[in-house]
Amino acid sequence: MSTTAATRERAADTRARQPGHSRWGWLLSLLAWVLGILFILPVAWTVYVSFHQEVDAAVSPPDFLAPLTTDQYEKVFGSRARPALINSLMAAGFSTLFVIALAVPAAYATGVKPIRQARGVLQWILSTKFLPLIAALVPVYVVFQRLGLLDNIWALVVFYTGMNLPIAIWMMHSFLKEIPKDIMSAAEVDGASLWRILTSIVLPLAMPGIAATGLICFILAWNEFMFALNLTATVAGTSSVYLVSFITSEGLFIAQLSAAALVVSIPVVIAGWVAQDKLVQGLSLGAVK
Amino acid sequence: MQRIHRRKSFWTTLGVAALATTLAACSGAGSPSDTASPGAGGTDGGDGGGSLNILMVGNPQMTDLEGLAPDFEEESGIDLNITILPENELRDRVAQDVSTGAGQYDVVTIGAYEGSVWTANDWLHNLQDMAEQDEDFDVDDLMPAMKGVLSKDDDLYAIPFYGESAFTMYRKDIFDEHGLTMPDEPTWEDIEQLAAQIKEAEPEMTPVCMRGLPGWGENMAVVGSMLNAFGGGFFNADWENMINSPETTEAVQFYVDLVKNYGEEGATNAGFTECLNIFSQGEAAMWFDATSAANSVESPTSSTVVGKVGYADAPRQEARSGWVWAWAWGVPKTTKNLDAAWEFISWASGKEYEQKVGEELGWTRVPDGKRLSTFEIPEYQEATEAYRDKMLAAIEQSDPNDCGTYPRPAPGCQYLAIPEFADLGTRMGQEVSAALAGQKSVEDALQASYEYGETAAERHR
Repeated sequence: MSTTAATRERAADTRARQPGHSRWGWLLSLLAWVLGILFILPVAWTVYVSFHQEVDAAVSPPDFLAPLTTDQYEKVFGSRARPALINSLMAAGFSTLFVIALAVPAAYATGVKPIRQARGVLQWILSTKFLPLIAALVPVYVVFQRLGLLDNIWALVVFYTGMNLPIAIWMMHSFLKEIPKDIMSAAEVDGASLWRILTSIVLPLAMPGIAATGLICFILAWNEFMFALNLTATVAGTSSVYLVSFITSEGLFIAQLSAAALVVSIPVVIAGWVAQDKLVQGLSLGAVK
Repeated sequence: MQRIHRRKSFWTTLGVAALATTLAACSGAGSPSDTASPGAGGTDGGDGGGSLNILMVGNPQMTDLEGLAPDFEEESGIDLNITILPENELRDRVAQDVSTGAGQYDVVTIGAYEGSVWTANDWLHNLQDMAEQDEDFDVDDLMPAMKGVLSKDDDLYAIPFYGESAFTMYRKDIFDEHGLTMPDEPTWEDIEQLAAQIKEAEPEMTPVCMRGLPGWGENMAVVGSMLNAFGGGFFNADWENMINSPETTEAVQFYVDLVKNYGEEGATNAGFTECLNIFSQGEAAMWFDATSAANSVESPTSSTVVGKVGYADAPRQEARSGWVWAWAWGVPKTTKNLDAAWEFISWASGKEYEQKVGEELGWTRVPDGKRLSTFEIPEYQEATEAYRDKMLAAIEQSDPNDCGTYPRPAPGCQYLAIPEFADLGTRMGQEVSAALAGQKSVEDALQASYEYGETAAERHR
């Protein structure tokens, strides 16, 4: 589906559901507004609080006349934010790359040209997600300790790759299955090699799916806290570990924490924005049959 | 078909090999101990004091230290890798690190409670000799109460960074306005009466803020110190369970009634932070809590009641509501950088550092309450005029080995320095919180706590 076609369809969709066209339109639109505001409110509050001093941020109800300040952001950028963000970018970025590099061939082998027992392999891959992550914490810690990989960002890259791989394989599996078999058969008849088929046919057609999978893996790795906390110490701490450092049992920290939380969210928002176009196609790929 | 299968496995092998090569190459390239390329280095701490890994809580005094750390790095040539975590995560990380021998941290901040428990576990280096040999450090200047909570057999196993006891904070202006007087040494009954009068005179205000959030370091700090005052306690010296004794019941009943009638709204969700918030917003008339709260209460960026607060001793009844706590530096036995670790501790807990904080950040931000000499610095005296004497007196009067009306089986005033206490305190805190919420009676709450106490004491009897 080309972008213009998608836009046209979306536009047609909006027209059909425009409020006022039906008796209940206004109610639906009201509901949408309420839900929208409900979802945006915590974010808006975080932004609001982050531009205040701690003393004004902690007031309930909020004092809208309180002076605004960028102090909190200056403090965030003046502290350990940079290394934490770089660490997170490395962990989330590289693990996503590796996940995609492994998931696409795996999905091809289970979906497009199924190997024997493809179904069983898929089930087995999914079954690795049955174990709660916390149950794996001690073994994983000990393994990384023995390998001397504690507090090393590459340990997190490896871990996140393993953590996200099952989801990615399942997602890619369903995306690749959507690609018409005839195209690939035609290519095969023309004598294209497997590599050629993968790079020239599967990859371009699966791009929306790859974008969607990649974004989800990136977000999951970016937000992961428990293993980041336990496998890192002083140099490899990611931004989720950095965020909790603002929580203290003595003193106020809401404004500072809000500023840090927003700064840490920005890369994910950017990643989502970059992938947005592909994402819309990707997410609806399975739906339009 | 067979051919394709083989080719697939070829690609898989190639992929795995490529991944492995990339990983090896990257981790190989990025392993210098350059802090500017984060995430790359390992934790080879053995490079002769070149860098030091420090794990600390994010209390205001620690974040001040983080800001001043470059000065230390410049003076000593030691790079500091500072990590900040909340209290609970920090405890877990250190326990994990020490028990698995990973040795990722050279210096960690610990509270007085961990100080005792971890020393008993043999997790911490004995710092007594280093402290004595370091003339600039002046170990004799440390306050006896601080040494008391951080020593074993008169040897220091952790060095205090700042110390605290508890006292009563109240709004002088409100008290003056309504002709009320806070006695210098109030009793808990005085507090209750004053709270009643304030409730009448200032119906909008919270008469007294008291921690209600369950947790051994939250509501139980306040309740524990009240047990001391009312002649109750957790155990006597023979490990006899005193949790359902009449004195303990009286203390908890008094606490529950006081908070129910005159405490803050939603008290079961209010800990130190919430009370600090309420009090520094001018919404509470009295607050019984840690002396270290005064630094925040008197700081214009976090408080609207600067200069309006009066300070009185911790309330008493049969005895004082004793309370001693320290935030201190411990050196895990797994460190490979003991000498550099001491150099850092000596700097951070030294006299010069206090001067530096005073001059660069302000004298109310000095990590105080650990050194007697701090209280004699003229600039400090001037800046902390309002609470200095009360703080000093509160710390001096609280002896971790002599709290309440009868001897305790282990040191500690608002806690008990045994490994089981964190669990017991938190469970009992939940019971007390349930009583405060009206879900059960104080007697029932204490009976349940008594059972937890039995489990905790079993190993010691």
